[in-house]
Amino acid sequence: MKDTTLFLILRRMRAPLLVLIWVYAVSVLGLVLMPGADIDGRPQHLSFFHAFYIMTYTATTTGFGELPVPFSDAQRLWVTLSLYVSVVAWLYAIGALIALLRDKALRQLFEQNRFAIQVRRLNEPFYIVCGYGDTGGAVVRSMIERRLGAVVIDGDQNRLNDLMLENLPVHVPGLCADAGQPGNLNLAGLDHPRCRGVLALCEDDQVNLKIAISARLLSPGTMVICRAQSHDTEANMASFGTDAIINPFDTFADRLALALHSPDMHLLHEWLTAIPGTPLRERLNPPRGTWVICGYGRFGKAVQRYLNYEGVSTVIIESDPKKTRAPKDVIVGRGTEAVTLREAHIEKAVGIVAGTDIDANNLSIIVTARELNPRLFLVARQNDSENDAIFQAARLDLVMQRARAISRRILSLITVPLLTDFLRLARHQKQDWAQSLIECMRLELGGVAPDLWTVAITEELAPAAREWVQGGKALPLSFLVRDPHERERRLHVVPLLLKRGKEHELLPSESTELMSGDQVLFGGQAGMSRRQQRALHDARAIHYLLSGETQPEGAVWRWLAQRR
Amino acid sequence: MNIEKVVFSFFIVLALTLNFGFFLGEIDNPEHHNVYELFAVIVVNLIATVLKFGERTQMGAVLLATSLVADLELLAAALVWTFAVHIQGTGVTPEVMGTIISLAGGALVANIISVILLVIEISAQRR
Repeated sequence: MKDTTLFLILRRMRAPLLVLIWVYAVSVLGLVLMPGADIDGRPQHLSFFHAFYIMTYTATTTGFGELPVPFSDAQRLWVTLSLYVSVVAWLYAIGALIALLRDKALRQLFEQNRFAIQVRRLNEPFYIVCGYGDTGGAVVRSMIERRLGAVVIDGDQNRLNDLMLENLPVHVPGLCADAGQPGNLNLAGLDHPRCRGVLALCEDDQVNLKIAISARLLSPGTMVICRAQSHDTEANMASFGTDAIINPFDTFADRLALALHSPDMHLLHEWLTAIPGTPLRERLNPPRGTWVICGYGRFGKAVQRYLNYEGVSTVIIESDPKKTRAPKDVIVGRGTEAVTLREAHIEKAVGIVAGTDIDANNLSIIVTARELNPRLFLVARQNDSENDAIFQAARLDLVMQRARAISRRILSLITVPLLTDFLRLARHQKQDWAQSLIECMRLELGGVAPDLWTVAITEELAPAAREWVQGGKALPLSFLVRDPHERERRLHVVPLLLKRGKEHELLPSESTELMSGDQVLFGGQAGMSRRQQRALHDARAIHYLLSGETQPEGAVWRWLAQRR
Repeated sequence: MNIEKVVFSFFIVLALTLNFGFFLGEIDNPEHHNVYELFAVIVVNLIATVLKFGERTQMGAVLLATSLVADLELLAAALVWTFAVHIQGTGVTPEVMGTIISLAGGALVANIISVILLVIEISAQRR
């Protein structure tokens, strides 16, 4: 890459340099040949050295005068001619060099080089994020918050400027290029040993598809997560083994349906996927009854499908029923006028979903509907993240923001893979299971969203614990729930899931005996995972935690004395 | 026929022949070596160097390197000449001429290598 840049410069500088050499050669030679005279008037030619000296200060318009002796008229004539020619040649050469440096292709090459070097130097695990729009931005921000590295590719320079101005605590290399081209993915470190995965978050489904398939083929072991807007693309992506496909509309509609079905389960989802340290959300209680859905686009369709699946009846309002292929009983209109809403019997409905793709209309629908029926459950779709302030001011029950919906799912997929398993299994549990877990977590978490982490009983991550179980001694899970400094004190953690081989156990009890290779998903307050570290690395801490005895201090001192 | 190749080969061969012409003669006899010829050799060599800029092949890189070597030695020869005539004022004595010609001889070898490489490249293309 670097060589190409150099060769490009050299090649483009050929013509200007040749012109300079010719002009210098001709004018120096001419100056030497022109008859002159020395101080005493005897005929003499200038030497090459003097001629070169004179041309040097003449061509660069410095003009020291007639050195070393006054010129003859023939020499003056020649110098006059060469001055014009050589100055023009210099201007041309310098102009060409500056034009070359300002050249878009060359600057892009420089940028690419810089980017490739930055990527090569990354020594922390990182993900390649393709597309830095609302979604990509939200994902990158939260990834950085969780100490995951990111590399950004986007085709729009303005967005990369946003990235630069973002002021993230660590540097995120960004490249302005088409992520759909496999070469650019390689440049972004697809074959880098620390590259964990590729997140295709572009607006265009086709581009995402191309990214997914390139990543799958070029680097089969890398995780690929894609955003898809249509079911068609989704199926296509799934066909070649994309690890996860996220459809923001389905994701949101699914959550809404979950909230209807089981508010506690929904709350559990919310808590576990929230950014750690943010205040815990309250329970959402969407009412059952008839819902009005305004806008029958991809979002409206997804919501309708999931609500109907939950046994909730819906009334659709759509301004263009033909284009959206709406059902026959659709009410034609935008939903922003009271007439249309009345026609949809808004006064009898329990909730409204403003799901058009224009933010102003969505807000207008909400405001009008609220006037007609103040008890409505209000859900709106926010298309542009710039409108955060007004959507907050509208005091809605639920806002569908594409970027947020996607970034949360992605984060749970990449930060704690076990969480995905946990949430999947939890959905099959009963309502009261979720309720008791919520109560338990409320006690432990202290009002903020939990940190989530995985403890694995492996040689690398938990040497002492692994040796303990390898030695045939029992190691109940309780040793990770108590404070290694003070056994009586419980750590503020909840063991959520135990993974042993291919089997999962939800909410493992404290008496469960751990085995080598087990993975345990924990949720808890910040800093708790650090406290557990001691128990994982120090056999004496395990002994104390399990039996309550401190091993004889004397032995420690004796051992120390031996070392001295 | 490629006009670019013609110009390219022309300057490389011209550089070699001019260099040889300057080199020819008794090594320390100033009368056998002309200052105008040295000037011509330097100019032609510089042009040949610039013509080799931006060749991405292995051969192009080696050709550029030999040219740069020749430039370096010829410029050194010109500097020695300038130093003797203008700064020390001794004029071109046989010792000075000997130094200049041995430097030019070095440049000649580099130029010969250039031409050999050129010939190799051309014959390789024929096959």
